[in-house]
Amino acid sequence: MQRNATYVLGFAAIVCVVCAVVVSSAAVVLKDRQDANLAAYREQNVLEAAGFSEPGQPLSGDELTAAAARLTPVVIDLDTGDLNATVDVATFDQRRASTDPATSRSVDANQARIVRIPNQALVYELRDDAGNLDGVVLPIEGKGLWSTLYGFVALEADLTTIRGLTYFEQKETAGLGGEVDNPRWKALWPGRRAFDETGATAIEVLKGAAGTVEEAPYEVDGLSGATITSRGVTYMLQFWLGDEGFGPYLDRLREETI
Amino acid sequence: MANSRDTLLDPLFNNNPIALQVLGICSALAVTTKMEVALVMSIAVIAVLTLSNFFISMMRQWIPANIRIIVQLTVIASLVIVTDQVLKAYFYDIARQMTVFIGLIITNCIIMGRAEAFAMQNGPWESIVDGIGNGLGYSAVLMLTAFVRELFGSGRVFGVPVMVTTNDGGWYVANNLMVLSPGAFFIIGMLIWALRAWKRDQVEAE
Repeated sequence: MQRNATYVLGFAAIVCVVCAVVVSSAAVVLKDRQDANLAAYREQNVLEAAGFSEPGQPLSGDELTAAAARLTPVVIDLDTGDLNATVDVATFDQRRASTDPATSRSVDANQARIVRIPNQALVYELRDDAGNLDGVVLPIEGKGLWSTLYGFVALEADLTTIRGLTYFEQKETAGLGGEVDNPRWKALWPGRRAFDETGATAIEVLKGAAGTVEEAPYEVDGLSGATITSRGVTYMLQFWLGDEGFGPYLDRLREETI
Repeated sequence: MANSRDTLLDPLFNNNPIALQVLGICSALAVTTKMEVALVMSIAVIAVLTLSNFFISMMRQWIPANIRIIVQLTVIASLVIVTDQVLKAYFYDIARQMTVFIGLIITNCIIMGRAEAFAMQNGPWESIVDGIGNGLGYSAVLMLTAFVRELFGSGRVFGVPVMVTTNDGGWYVANNLMVLSPGAFFIIGMLIWALRAWKRDQVEAE
């Protein structure tokens, strides 16, 4: 049957308002639980990058406490690399800090397309029973094809060899760029070297296959069908392991361990 | 109009949305490598389909004919977003594995197909039954496909190892075709063949 234009517009408006209210209330009501899930998943990724758990297999209670006892979260100043004792580790939100003008700064144009970085960053130091440094887990982020990828890269005690790489948040194409989440691809990372002999960042995701750790210590297989995501991974590692990222912090640790 | 029992059971074998109408193939390929994921997808589709049929049937007298499709789409999209939010809050691990496919329920032809073909002409009760029936028909094909793919592709049923694969040090050489999307085409094709060999009237006229 035919209706007049006013009725049609009115009906459309009512449907829109009702649906909008339903959708937004669901989002608001469920937000806390979703955030808690994401935080737990983030923790799990720290442990995975550090090599405590196999990809996709969360730790059980005891293993978790044992692993957590060896990982110390610390907040550092990115420009100097020094510990920052004034910021509370428990409440520090790095993502919020990197959007707040008071706690972040803009950086020069870079290939990782990172616009602002926080003044402080939350890193995890891994120590053995005697308290010696056994590795670090560093948060990284950068643009892929569609989205910003958030993850962790972990280094061994020599601060050069990669322990692991994980991404806990990304919206790349499922099956192509989304394969950064694939356990098989992540298993290619441990043992590769992030820096060459001169100390410059050398790790790179190739287009194509790289070979074993011995054959290609500085290279990792590209993700097929996901050139831009693969490049994004290279660029963000080079940025965050470089002078503007965690370079000063890693230098300080190197001096301390010698 | 047929009675409720027929409305509920017809879509299982006689008028299956995937096997006879060949709708909803996209998600049937995407989420059937593991039975657990297929089960969550099935439940999500049944929920969305039942609710969308119900709400659209309630409004059918008032929906202006010239904007009916967009109204249906708005209702369906809202339901899918709410479903996605609930999964992210309560089934986080599975929601992560399903990635975009929950969102893509919006574009699942079965849901709009039932809204347009059934809920716009029938009462709310009948529409709910039709939604559950078609959802079950979709789920039946999804679960069967997932069963075959998971069993032969990774030697597992619901994640429990049945045939230990060589990757895990066992004897079974996993069939990679089953893990890849084309594998689902073969299985769904064989299901349709089996169903039509059993129910001759479903064979399309030459």
